[in-house]
Amino acid sequence: MPDTPDYSWPAPEKRRVIGKRQSRLDGAEKASGRAKYSYDLNRPGMLYGVILTCPHARARLTTLDTSAAEKSKGVASIELMAKPGEEIQYAGYEVVALAAETEDQARDAIRKIKAEYEVLPHFVNEADLKGAGTNAKPSGEQTAGDPDQAFKDADVTSEGTYGVPIINHSCLEAHGQVIQWKGDSLDYWPSTQGVSVLGGDLAKMLSIPATSVHTHMDYVGGGFGSKFSPDRWGPACANLSKKAGGRPVKLFLDRATELIIAGNRPSYFAKIKLGAKKDGTLTVWQSDSWGTGGFGGVTMPPLPYVYRNVPNRRLTHTSVSTNGAQQKAWRAPNNPQASYLTCCAMDDLAAKLNMDPVEFFTKNANYTNTPEVYSGQLAKAAELAEWKKTWHPRGQSGSGAVKRGMGLGVCTWFGLGHASTCRTTIHPDGSVAVELGSQDLGTGTRTVIAMVAAETLGLPVRAITVNIGDNKYPESGPSGGSTTVGGVSASTRKSTMNALVKLYEVAAPALGTTPDQLEAVDGKIQVKGTPAKSLTWAAACRKLGTKTITEMGVNNQRGPGGLIGGGVGGVQMADVSVDTETGIVRMNRMVAVQDCGMVINPKTAESQVFGACIMSICAALTEEKIYDSQTGRVLNPDMEFYKLAGIGDIGDIVVYLNTEPEFDKRGVIGLGEPPTVGGLAAIGNAVANAIGVRVPMIPMTSNRVLAALEGRNA
Amino acid sequence: MSSTKQSGFSRRGFMRGVGVGGGALGTGLLEGAAEAQQTATKLAGPGAVPITLQVNGKPYQLTVEPRVTLLDVLRDRLDLTGAKKVCDRGACGSCTVMVGGKAVYSCNVLAIEAQGKDIQTIESLTAQGGRDPVVAAFVDNDAQQCGFCTPGFVMATKAFLAEHPHPTEEQVKEGLGGNICRCGTYVGMRKAVLQAARQGGSHA
Repeated sequence: MPDTPDYSWPAPEKRRVIGKRQSRLDGAEKASGRAKYSYDLNRPGMLYGVILTCPHARARLTTLDTSAAEKSKGVASIELMAKPGEEIQYAGYEVVALAAETEDQARDAIRKIKAEYEVLPHFVNEADLKGAGTNAKPSGEQTAGDPDQAFKDADVTSEGTYGVPIINHSCLEAHGQVIQWKGDSLDYWPSTQGVSVLGGDLAKMLSIPATSVHTHMDYVGGGFGSKFSPDRWGPACANLSKKAGGRPVKLFLDRATELIIAGNRPSYFAKIKLGAKKDGTLTVWQSDSWGTGGFGGVTMPPLPYVYRNVPNRRLTHTSVSTNGAQQKAWRAPNNPQASYLTCCAMDDLAAKLNMDPVEFFTKNANYTNTPEVYSGQLAKAAELAEWKKTWHPRGQSGSGAVKRGMGLGVCTWFGLGHASTCRTTIHPDGSVAVELGSQDLGTGTRTVIAMVAAETLGLPVRAITVNIGDNKYPESGPSGGSTTVGGVSASTRKSTMNALVKLYEVAAPALGTTPDQLEAVDGKIQVKGTPAKSLTWAAACRKLGTKTITEMGVNNQRGPGGLIGGGVGGVQMADVSVDTETGIVRMNRMVAVQDCGMVINPKTAESQVFGACIMSICAALTEEKIYDSQTGRVLNPDMEFYKLAGIGDIGDIVVYLNTEPEFDKRGVIGLGEPPTVGGLAAIGNAVANAIGVRVPMIPMTSNRVLAALEGRNA
Repeated sequence: MSSTKQSGFSRRGFMRGVGVGGGALGTGLLEGAAEAQQTATKLAGPGAVPITLQVNGKPYQLTVEPRVTLLDVLRDRLDLTGAKKVCDRGACGSCTVMVGGKAVYSCNVLAIEAQGKDIQTIESLTAQGGRDPVVAAFVDNDAQQCGFCTPGFVMATKAFLAEHPHPTEEQVKEGLGGNICRCGTYVGMRKAVLQAARQGGSHA
């Protein structure tokens, strides 16, 4: 049964705002430095919070003496975050927080704290599973079909071990917040991906009612999955403010602490054996995977990735707990790693079959849930990447020190939309406000909300006031799982359509018709298809007299269909050059072909894919959180040695969004995550194609490339 | 740090941060400029001293400890928060401002060293609601996502275009290599810098 009113998206040819390249509405605010992130807030009387962390990977805190710090100049309050006797499980664990008049005074005071530890044995080197001992927890074997028989029957088998290390989110705005108590309630300015829910979470930690926390955040400087919780520094900051008589406290992690404890993307390693028929049909998958997110281990990655339905499978997984900081969700959790492991193993099998990987991945696409999508995307990506021109059979790299190669990787993601409630208000003066407790991570959420409302009301985008970033607005979900655009576009469409129907009721008598005969087009309320019988938007709104229209809209859609969809596919291809004398890998080009449903704003959508590709380049070539086996400490908690790609390091990037009618009709689907997935394998396979041997572990540093060329382990 | 042979500053990590260097994958125009700021300065401190800073055309009289960075003064004392504190040791460029017409990492400049020079921050570009061609080019080309690195890139672009008014794309890749963006907005940035160059972006 159709919805009343009809919320469905306008047909492509009728869209006046959706699908147009709209510059982000907050772009000038941000680029000119006027945008205030929570880290930028300066409240009257504000104190600066700093945290003392444990330097040992595993230790028992024996004594903690803060008396000298208490007397240190400028110190206003101290909060203990660990107790003597407590066993600490990773370096960087928070021990004491304190607040002082200036940040430098706070750091002076922190240095005066006497914390003594009994150092205990630690374990951080999960790549070596044999050394993990009791830190390793194997889970049961999963089988399907008859893998033993399938290996016997296989014409060709291939075996390899592949790995992806722990990496960091490395948000440029560190984790943290400003908090100010006012009597029994507090104002909370966090850096978060979940404005609507974070205050309730903090309230629970502080044992106060959720109604006592007012959360506000206008901008957030990166999250990538790591900013869903108040974390331990949230309540610590609140207590520092309370103990200082309610003075506001700003507590953001310094860069080193940010890079040590603000979130691990799990490492994954796997020994993989595959079998195939001579014609390239993949028949059997066997994998023994292991990995860690740090302390507490990690679950099995989704293997085999995308090619889920290989008929014969045997999988084991071992979760390894290390003395490393906690795991946090990282843009498409576990998918980039699973894609790397799967697509590298498949690429090696294709090489053994003497088959072009594009052909091999296409031939076996029936093992994916959407064979026609992947087949089409493989062909499109190969065309855009000029695959046939550059790819060559493995081992035929040509002469010269610099070798060029092509590789591919695939991705998938579920999408859909989070729960979201939106409120649209139309005022008698014609102004329109759209309000919801969402947040704009830089994906362009503010802009797409305005575009959906503008499309619905037949108004220009700038005519819509979008209010987000505050928990006083109707609840909207946290920004995770690429669910934001689905959630907010559906709720905004519904609340705005509901409000428009109310306006139709007021305008209809003046136009001598009934509300169901009206439409909102080009700044007018008019009889459908009859511009001559119309009221201007302003004239229609004036008929409200002194009343406003306020209507709600809810996205509670759980599956695909209607306004939003899910279950996307994508293919990435990389074109690299490798200097076999230095081991340096240089990006020439990356191509991303991505299915993402109906695109509201192609400009910001493409930016998402560009950014995702660049993140995958960083992960494939430079990023690694390096733990020192001897001390258990992180060796590179800074931006010199925790390396991210710069503007000259990424080559050219080509983005193709599948906006053909069969994709468009699926509705809105988020695409922040899927394009970040396939690039790791694409680059890994391109390097193998270039130099003729597999570099099994990323990032593909000079050392690892040279080691692979020399046939040794790096 | 009481030795009178040294500068007398006890700014945490300052020397170490400058000394290591070379961390960004590319090399930027900012590195040389940042080092050039380390000229000999009279002994001062360790207590707070009165200073005058000329920021965005206005004089500010302040009392600061000699160890305090220009970045911290801008952000914490003058509420000029467009320059961001990210690495706090000269590796990411998010705190880029102009001092004496040159782009510097303000986390690597002590406030007392910045006296007597014109300090220009991102806020000056669009003061009184003005339009700046570099800011506009960043918006037009969607050269930002979360936006936290963007003001630093805009200032770096200003300085770059002042020296390379008609750059090639290769020069852009080299010249802006001293700043880091985590969201991955470099594709838009390359276009933005070239657009700003065409529209005279070097002139504030």
